[in-house]
Amino acid sequence: MADQHAIPTNIHPSRFAQNPLQRFLMATELDTRLLGMIGALAIIWIGFNIFSGGLFLTPRNLWNLSVQTASVAVMVTGMVLVIVTRNIDLSVGSILGVVGMVMGVMQTDILPSQLGLGLGHPMIWVLSLAAGLVVGVGIGALQGTIIAYLRVPAFIVTLGGYLVWRGAAWWVTMGRTVAPMDPTFQLMGGGPAGSVGSLWSWIVAVIACAAILIGLYWGRRQRRRFNFPLRPIWAEIALAIIGCGLVIGAVLVANAYPWPVRIAARYAEANGIPVPESGLFISHGIAIPVLIALGVGVVMTFIATRTRFGRYVFAMGGNPEAAELAGINTRWVTVKIFMLMGALCAIAAAISSARLNAATNALGTLDELYVIAAAVIGGTSLAGGVGTIAGALLGALVMQSLQSGMVLMGLDSPLQSIVVGAVLVFAVWLDTLYRRNKH
Amino acid sequence: MLDTRTPLVEMNDISIAFGGIRAVDRASIDLFPGEVVGLLGHNGAGKSTLIKILSGAYKRDAGSIRINGEDATINNPRDAKAYGIETIYQQLAVADNVDAAANLFLGREITTAIGTLDDAAMESKAREVMGRLNPNFRRFKEPVKALSGGQRQSVAIARAILFNARILIMDEPTAALGPQETAQVGELIKQLKSDGIGIFLISHDIHDVFDLADRVVVMKNGQVVGSARTEDVTKDEVLGMIILGKVPPGATPGPGAQTGLV
Repeated sequence: MADQHAIPTNIHPSRFAQNPLQRFLMATELDTRLLGMIGALAIIWIGFNIFSGGLFLTPRNLWNLSVQTASVAVMVTGMVLVIVTRNIDLSVGSILGVVGMVMGVMQTDILPSQLGLGLGHPMIWVLSLAAGLVVGVGIGALQGTIIAYLRVPAFIVTLGGYLVWRGAAWWVTMGRTVAPMDPTFQLMGGGPAGSVGSLWSWIVAVIACAAILIGLYWGRRQRRRFNFPLRPIWAEIALAIIGCGLVIGAVLVANAYPWPVRIAARYAEANGIPVPESGLFISHGIAIPVLIALGVGVVMTFIATRTRFGRYVFAMGGNPEAAELAGINTRWVTVKIFMLMGALCAIAAAISSARLNAATNALGTLDELYVIAAAVIGGTSLAGGVGTIAGALLGALVMQSLQSGMVLMGLDSPLQSIVVGAVLVFAVWLDTLYRRNKH
Repeated sequence: MLDTRTPLVEMNDISIAFGGIRAVDRASIDLFPGEVVGLLGHNGAGKSTLIKILSGAYKRDAGSIRINGEDATINNPRDAKAYGIETIYQQLAVADNVDAAANLFLGREITTAIGTLDDAAMESKAREVMGRLNPNFRRFKEPVKALSGGQRQSVAIARAILFNARILIMDEPTAALGPQETAQVGELIKQLKSDGIGIFLISHDIHDVFDLADRVVVMKNGQVVGSARTEDVTKDEVLGMIILGKVPPGATPGPGAQTGLV
């Protein structure tokens, strides 16, 4: 009976949309909120470019922007999961500080001298990073256990952690700055040496484009297998062109930023390359920290959307009681989230300390606020249950763009703080409006 | 004649206290395959608490639970599910922010060969089950938040029957529903009953359960007042049990029965 009245379910809903824009959005199934953020980012970039007299949209600035974003971008992917489950982590900046210090001491003192590997040993960076990851995950496990099993609110536990780990960072060397870092370790911080160059950037671009195409094809195959509505072919092609276009554009920008003249000349001399009249043009290509951050973004998106753990994180955020009653071990999931956050802090610590070529007491100061702000600007709801990794990464880029743009405009630093604070509140207000209208 | 078989569920002398208040006091209750037992009582009579002990949401202080005649250990919702006990809660325990398929499979996701979520397979199965339950349902891609009360209820019921429940607990299953949806749930209960599933129907409203139940058990102040086969008593007599604790001749008195009264 009912079957006779049922509308066939395998027709794509975009068939029924009238307005061409709406039809495009429905057919491609793009997230309008994410598109809005990209629009906001474009406005910020173009605005700063005008007000800084064309300094903002240069390969050099965009490349620097990407490197500056990397550390916060790595941490924000974990903060999304923390906030989605209605928790908060105020300690990430301090964890970054103490882990950076541990990694610094490992590579300058413990590994080369006390364990006798000698400076510059190729294993130093791996062992230092591993030690950092162990400390980061350990701190996360401790905080997560107190939150999940002893039922102390995350706000308090991580506020305590904020003080404890900052103090611990100081205590490791009694306040002494640890420098310089191992040369291989330093590559994680970017710079001319810490970038992959034009050829490898193109290889990355090819891999990324192939992944986009395979992903689209695979998605279509899965839908056909279960007789779900398919996107129109033109929408699939549009998605492929947009995705690959963005990848290629980003690589073009990264490759358009050459090494500084003197570094290039020194490199040419050392390798016996003849320097042409017009000067030697060696592309930076994509910076290693940016590749790390993008890799983390891909892995975290996978975890959040394709694994049981990710599903539980979102279900717990939507209705903690329902998740518990459905038989999910919510406490253990909470501990795992904080362990993951600790690991991401360690990766971010490697990037920041490598970039600075030193581990200092102040490393990561105020990062917790930037990370939380980036997550929230990126659409993560503090009420829980809502947030995406991609949105949060964009949020990190927006935050860093604001900062970098204001520096280029020569704005005083008190004004910078005022603007960033105001933008945060404004962005969340806009988001609230958007969500209210949607439902 | 039912009593000659092994009961699906036997809860004996169950007690639980919250901060000195005896929410359930030496309550015993049983359920046979293919039987619908209505558990009635005022708000606060202890019926939801008793049943949450069976579904693993609370841990009992005293008493024993036997499933199919064997002692059962139920310490959390996962244990209960392992015994085939599925619960549909009063406050619709669904995660609002994820879609119907994610809710149906919450905690028991279908995964691919490499251990990732197989969303397509889950959605396909969800479409199949929901098609049986509520053929008009087709908002599979939207978060459950966007659904009506009845649609959310069908998601909750579908989740319970999806995994071959043998014992189904429905806590005020029609409280959030309109008349048509309530009738649908009634049909569904009859269908499940004919499949040999034992069902506990919990309600504070006798009209919700009297026509569907084979037997009613009435609770008051945490104690069982008495139980009766619905054909042996009238609605008014059951109301007397609920309100006054007065046990009519057709019913079997429990520890909470009023004696020497009125």
